[in-house]
Amino acid sequence: MSEQVRSAAAAGVLAADELHGSLIQSIVDVARAIFNAKAASILLLDEDAGELVFDGVSGEGSETLIGRRFPADTGIAGWVLTTRQPLVLENVGSDPRFSQEAADSTGYVPKAMMTVPLLHEDRALGVLNVLDRAQDKSFTLAEMELLGLFANQASIALELRLRGRRAGEALDGVGEDMGAVASFAATLDALPEERREAGLRLIAELEQLLAR
Amino acid sequence: MTIAAHESEHEELPAWSLPADAVDRVRLEIRWPERVTREWAFEGATGKGIRVCILDSGIEVGHPLVGDVQGLYAISLDEEGETIVSEDGQGDTCGHGTACAGIVRSLAPECELHSVRVLGGGYTGSGKVLVAGLRWAIEQGFDVVNMSLSTTKRDLAGTLRELADSAYFQRTVLVASAHNMPVESFPWRFSSVISVGSHESPDPMTFYFNPEPPVEFFARGLEVDVAWLGGSTLRTTGNSFATPHVTGLCALVLSKHPELTPFQLKSVLSLTANNVAP
Repeated sequence: MSEQVRSAAAAGVLAADELHGSLIQSIVDVARAIFNAKAASILLLDEDAGELVFDGVSGEGSETLIGRRFPADTGIAGWVLTTRQPLVLENVGSDPRFSQEAADSTGYVPKAMMTVPLLHEDRALGVLNVLDRAQDKSFTLAEMELLGLFANQASIALELRLRGRRAGEALDGVGEDMGAVASFAATLDALPEERREAGLRLIAELEQLLAR
Repeated sequence: MTIAAHESEHEELPAWSLPADAVDRVRLEIRWPERVTREWAFEGATGKGIRVCILDSGIEVGHPLVGDVQGLYAISLDEEGETIVSEDGQGDTCGHGTACAGIVRSLAPECELHSVRVLGGGYTGSGKVLVAGLRWAIEQGFDVVNMSLSTTKRDLAGTLRELADSAYFQRTVLVASAHNMPVESFPWRFSSVISVGSHESPDPMTFYFNPEPPVEFFARGLEVDVAWLGGSTLRTTGNSFATPHVTGLCALVLSKHPELTPFQLKSVLSLTANNVAP
């Protein structure tokens, strides 16, 4: 792969990652606004490490939490992630174990928390936390539904971020396959119209042949 | 019983038929009333003699809202990645299992409670642990298994369906939470389990039959005060708290009518639901 192509691709991946980061931030900001909550956060699952990592935070804890990690199989977030079911907890009591765990996973001790899994196809990508929503009226099942719909949107943003990172890793690492494909794409792009169309037909045939 | 002409390699299978001289074999002990009412179904019942299993994050022993717990087990993975069952000294790794146990106890004060912990043993392999936990619970012959959880992993669906069917045929009732989100997950979607979603009424004994499955029943799941860690309580919402309400009801009905099959039990629940027998 030529250095120019690699640089261009790397710049694209970098720009996309920044954009995805902004999208995640926007999603936690909107989640916080919709539920009139004190804070909202998105945690990304690091499957290899078995940990959840703060990827976006709005409100309380936004300065300090990004990048913080904790085990992905215990506590509220762990339950939600593993069972793929949301949890809505209120009137959270004074149990010190719960408070410590909540503080680890949220940055402070909330009175109420909603935690929902972020799912893409059959994989769990992470969780969305909404903390201390305005409690001037009772929670309803319609709000539960809204939370689920909102989580679906957040999942798509998270999947985009993960794909972008995988592309970045492919460029950073050995990247032989990716390099060959990117180099071929650059060559194709530089061809005159007619020859490029012929090249595309050739790729379609090759793809069919390989898929057999 | 007649025997099939062919024999399987492992066990003899009967012919699935009922000859005229064998009708006595299907004579039922139970005397059904002209109309199935709540009074007949579970009034005065306490859940005594019924073994309920909570397949979840564990149960906190000594919580005042849970009371005695007769068994505590954990499923985990060994170094080779194989599942193992052991006695559980870790308690509840989240609080959720304790919440479910407390709800069952509130409805069926004299039932036995057994915890099979399938969470908290590492994120990787959690699907395998869930399947092993359900298999083990069915092998123990529990009367009712509360599953306030599900998996979205499609490759587990076939195995879970087989397990749900084997439970159904051996009279272990699986009560499973429907998903709170518009996603496909298992095992609640299987017809051999009793699936539960939430309604908004605060009455723990109000439940509805849903004529439009896959969710078959709705029970109390909004702002439920439940047991949590450290002897505490908190307020929760979700189908996973509606489910143990139906588990508790199942324990009540079975303690009064232990001869009921899962099919009959589901029929009793439908006939006594608030929208069927108001």
